Amino acid sequence: MNTNTMTRQKKKGKKRGSGLLVASPFLLPSLIGLLIFSLMPLIISGLISLTDWNGLDQLTKPGFFQEHFIGLENYKTILSTPEFWNTLGNTAEYIILYIPSMLAASLLVAYLLSRPRKGIGTFRVVYYIPVLTSWVAASLIWKSVLAPQYGAMNGILEFFGIQGPGWLLDEDWAMPAIVLVSVWKDMGFFGLILLSGIVGINKTYYEAAEIDGANGWTRFVKITLPLLTPSLFYVVVVAMINSFQLFPQVMIMTGGGPNKATEVMVERIYQYGFRYYRMGYAAAFSWLLFVIIMAFTAIQMKGQKRWVHYDD
Amino acid sequence: MTTKKRVGTVFFYGVAILLAVIALIPFLWMISTSFKSRGALMSIPIEWIPENPTWDAYIKVFSKFPFAKTIANSLFISVSYTAITLLSAAMAAFAFAKLRFTGSRVIFGGYLATMMIPTQVTMIPLFVIMTKLGLKDTYASVIMPSIFRPFAIFLLVQQMRTIPEDLLAAARIDGAGVFQVFRKIALPLCIPSLATLSITTFMESWNDYLWPLLMLGDKDKMTLPIALSTLNGQYATEYNVLMAGSLISMVPIIVIYIIAQRQFKSGMMAGGIKG
Repeated sequence: MNTNTMTRQKKKGKKRGSGLLVASPFLLPSLIGLLIFSLMPLIISGLISLTDWNGLDQLTKPGFFQEHFIGLENYKTILSTPEFWNTLGNTAEYIILYIPSMLAASLLVAYLLSRPRKGIGTFRVVYYIPVLTSWVAASLIWKSVLAPQYGAMNGILEFFGIQGPGWLLDEDWAMPAIVLVSVWKDMGFFGLILLSGIVGINKTYYEAAEIDGANGWTRFVKITLPLLTPSLFYVVVVAMINSFQLFPQVMIMTGGGPNKATEVMVERIYQYGFRYYRMGYAAAFSWLLFVIIMAFTAIQMKGQKRWVHYDD
Repeated sequence: MTTKKRVGTVFFYGVAILLAVIALIPFLWMISTSFKSRGALMSIPIEWIPENPTWDAYIKVFSKFPFAKTIANSLFISVSYTAITLLSAAMAAFAFAKLRFTGSRVIFGGYLATMMIPTQVTMIPLFVIMTKLGLKDTYASVIMPSIFRPFAIFLLVQQMRTIPEDLLAAARIDGAGVFQVFRKIALPLCIPSLATLSITTFMESWNDYLWPLLMLGDKDKMTLPIALSTLNGQYATEYNVLMAGSLISMVPIIVIYIIAQRQFKSGMMAGGIKG
């Protein structure tokens, strides 16, 4: 034991001297990537957000920064426009509708797939097909399904005697329609994450509950749900981050309309940056997005003590 | 008791099938629509199954758009992206998990911290840099970011840490260099993780939208999602064309899924955080 630690320490000491030299070839590709694709753009983006750059002048032009520097003006402007608050409101609407319905659907998927029934493998494949589909294809498919007059959705509703709304063309229904598509696409993904949580629950809890005479529903509410809270927490955090970054669905299905009802932050950043070439404004917008995501994630990390139970 | 069980079984399959129908109806609609003629798109009542199915839409996709090229582009980009991700991430993971060097923890922490940066923050400067370097409308612009994928590195570090130290030490005593240890011992032992990672990475790259949308404006360079969104602009209401394109874009990934279901199952956590 004693000699063992000694040799290990010796090794450690010897390795440390030449360590960086040995490790650097292995780190080089990712370090270069980190610099070019993460750190450098992050810093430049922060600087651009302090300018009124319109994408025309060369960034490398001498005196560029002095000429275009406007301080926090972009941020002030964004925060004072009704547009920004509208996008936040739309995002809030999305989150409020999406998170609970996605959780319910994913829990259902996870519960069904956790049962040892015949044919469950087939159901797993079927539930996962929407996840495999790209957002673009999924959005196109649903645009067709939700077409007011000739789409499948209203055709089916009509079969039940219901007159369906205009969905993506209706100001009040466009966002709920996008939520519907997102839930449909994500339930298999989050469902499988929750499934791995359910599978990991210690079986003895259920056996004990069964002896006590608890029925299926009671067992689900009293055992599965509380012990699943770590997985649920992960799912909520990820889903929240994704919600703030909502983009392809909006771009393909509504383009932000009708009447700005589905304008969201990333869609605005894209429009300002790459349609109007207001790069400084778009960069500031993206930093606000960054701050909002960080804030919400931090709040959830703090709040998890209240509802997440870790089974020791 | 048995009737109660039977009711339970019926209820279970009832719910499971209902959910499956909800998951599948849009795809059935897509298939049906893709075989409709332009006129049948707007028939009332709706033709749930096309009365005169045609290949019109498929012919149109391939004749009005270089769609065969698009499929080849997507394959080339996704395969290259995945290969570079695996290699670069495995190398970095090996360094963090198995080599001791000063600053190891700090650098690794820095890598992980970058996962919090939304792509939208870095995309504007990156767009400018890529354009400046003349890399817009090249495959390289979409493939190159694969060289730094912190989540892949994180995943592989976890795996590499499980490799017993003695195994590596033994190889070193036998005279193997660090590179040989990496290639002959560490990499083969990571094959399960690498397989999982390759599939989730491939899927991410295959379905990626925002960055390729900024980089690939040339029809001959587009990937499938970008081609589809371009078609959406051109044939906004010709749903038969859009559905034919969507269907084609889905086939490869579904084939891969059915072949490699096990990797998908263990890999679903890996795709948890979209970049």
